[in-house]
Amino acid sequence: MTHEPTNDDVDVVDALRAVTTAEDDLARLRAELAASADDQGLLEVAYRTVPSPFGDLLLAATPVGLVRVAFEVEDHDRVLASLAGTVGPRVLRSPRRTDAVARELDEYFAGRRRTFDVALDLRLVRGFRRQVVQGLADIPYGATRSYAQVADGVGNPTAVRAVGSACSHNPVPVVLPCHRVVRSDGTLGQYLGGVEVKAALLAMESAAAV
Amino acid sequence: MGVIDTSQDGAPRRLHGVRDVPFDTVVADHGAAVLRVCRAMLGPDEAADAWSETFLSALRSYPDLEDGANVRAWLLTIARRRSIDQVRGRTRAPIPVGAAPDHVLAPEGPEDALADEQLLRAVRRLPPRQRGAVAYRYLADLSYDEVAALLGSTPAAARRSAADGIAALRTAYRPMEAP
Repeated sequence: MTHEPTNDDVDVVDALRAVTTAEDDLARLRAELAASADDQGLLEVAYRTVPSPFGDLLLAATPVGLVRVAFEVEDHDRVLASLAGTVGPRVLRSPRRTDAVARELDEYFAGRRRTFDVALDLRLVRGFRRQVVQGLADIPYGATRSYAQVADGVGNPTAVRAVGSACSHNPVPVVLPCHRVVRSDGTLGQYLGGVEVKAALLAMESAAAV
Repeated sequence: MGVIDTSQDGAPRRLHGVRDVPFDTVVADHGAAVLRVCRAMLGPDEAADAWSETFLSALRSYPDLEDGANVRAWLLTIARRRSIDQVRGRTRAPIPVGAAPDHVLAPEGPEDALADEQLLRAVRRLPPRQRGAVAYRYLADLSYDEVAALLGSTPAAARRSAADGIAALRTAYRPMEAP
């Protein structure tokens, strides 16, 4: 008796290799895994994606709060890899933790909400940058401030470029409204999600604020 | 130069920069393969629980996984540890010769799931070493080195077990010869 599979045996091998896994079985198991992980305090980062007028937004939260909002152009896979590296690798898709944020964003884009009251986890920005992005919450819906004014507001009037840099490192755009910070000369400046998105957000807000 | 670094299903064998790989990616890359093995070892009812326990356990120790680790083999080691008691306790029915329909070897159409289940049941009825070798090699696409490590044997012995297992499966599905 030979110890190597013969040609007769190849079809059994093919059949084994062709055994499929039902996608919905796997999806259900993954969802249950995320829920169990969360219940057992093993879920460092829970994420989901939500639709928006500007493409899908990635929402990621630690047990402390919302840690990241990312536009499609930021490449969600890259953002998740970065979160695995900086926050922790126990990252799973688990909508539960970001239910409130998702709902508030939905309301915001529908023009039914002007401020967010979700818990934030700002561990991804430190020092001056954190000061700046935290201060963004004080810029009212439908209004704008210049980079210079924001610099002034954090008690560092010459740090205009640093404010620009802080805004570009805002880990939770839209929720903390860096889109409301524009240039003194009236031009928009930059935006993580793309300048056209910044313009659209400002347009949406000023129309609703009337 | 010639080291193949991906499994047949495209999932990377080794996890480089493990710190930057979300566990979600590990589940996406290896969840199906682990489920197939659990189904082969334990049957459809217990497979789901075994899968869940395996990945929860893996999630727990994931931050300590070393760079360059062989992720699929690691997962299956965890699965094996958790299910080995159930495997040991199982009584084995003889493989029914000619009892399975021929079409299990060329699955097409809506009978696929049933055919898969029958094939996996036949795998489950193999002696432990053959069952393991066949499952790890053909359901999870591990190399014989990896199979050997899981079985606690040599690659050569793993090859023999796999070949013997395949031969036994083939016998189970050979059509009854006319008298």
